[in-house]
Amino acid sequence: MKRRLLLLLLPVCFLGLALFFYQGLALDPSQRDSALMAREFPAFEATRLRDENQRVDQSLLTGEVTLVNVWGEWCPACKQEMPQLLELADHGIRMVGVNYRDSREKGLEFLSEFGDPFEINIFDPEGELGFDLGVYGAPETFLVDADGVIRYHHKGYVSPEDVRERILPEVEKWR
Amino acid sequence: MALIRLILALTMLVMASGAVAAGIELREFDDPVKEKRYHDLTSSMRCPLCENQAIDDSDAPISADMRERVYRLIEDGQSDTEIINHMVQRFGEYILYNPRLENRTYLLWGLPFALVLLGVVIVVLMIRARRHASAKALSAEERQRIDALINRKGSS
Repeated sequence: MKRRLLLLLLPVCFLGLALFFYQGLALDPSQRDSALMAREFPAFEATRLRDENQRVDQSLLTGEVTLVNVWGEWCPACKQEMPQLLELADHGIRMVGVNYRDSREKGLEFLSEFGDPFEINIFDPEGELGFDLGVYGAPETFLVDADGVIRYHHKGYVSPEDVRERILPEVEKWR
Repeated sequence: MALIRLILALTMLVMASGAVAAGIELREFDDPVKEKRYHDLTSSMRCPLCENQAIDDSDAPISADMRERVYRLIEDGQSDTEIINHMVQRFGEYILYNPRLENRTYLLWGLPFALVLLGVVIVVLMIRARRHASAKALSAEERQRIDALINRKGSS
């Protein structure tokens, strides 16, 4: 009897592992948390998109809950999510843009064509700030709390459902 | 048909040259050790965007940025560990092909050893059980039966 139980141990182990790995198959590797979650917004120094003489740094992101959207004129999904970002700005949420790997002209052209929900746009032509934010494809959206700590990260296109079901509740939570 | 073949051949040629162009920026190192470190580091980091390519093998813009950063940090005199930490801080553990040993990876690293150990324990237990069974003395009744069988064969 004891030996039988012992022999059963192996198939049980196998089944357990198989189930564990099977669950892993259903995970989407692109849906992973940003490494910057719960960390401070990285230090940076850059100029404004609209004014190359005006310098901005990380102190821009303290004092109020802010949504930081990383976008570029070359990025089609950024254009598609603009209506949602304008809606978020209409909700009274402070929006800051990071113009990622773009030229000033292209960036400004984008804003005049698709609207400008941003209080300020940080000009990041070399993608330095983007790199420190761990951005590996635009658009990406970060929620930064009043202390300048990153609290939520949305990778990719923001759909109207994302606004209602994820972003607005997160903003409320950290306000 | 010939036209299709020609188009196919051309497409493949273009794709092949694209693959060759990936990740071959010419980097000048004054020190062969640095060059070796550069290749080891860039081949052990996973591209965050393309999932199954190392950054030294990937065409994605982010991979080029990461190679550039690795190069700069090596030239700045940072150690391999510092460079790896620098990258993990930004892009997460995900980019390491060899996950580091820490709380959440104990299971990953430990499981193979635990399974081998479990197998050894099971085999040892089975051998011992079998040895025990064969070493057990025969009962008087069994001995009698054996004797009877042997004798019958011997007398005939």
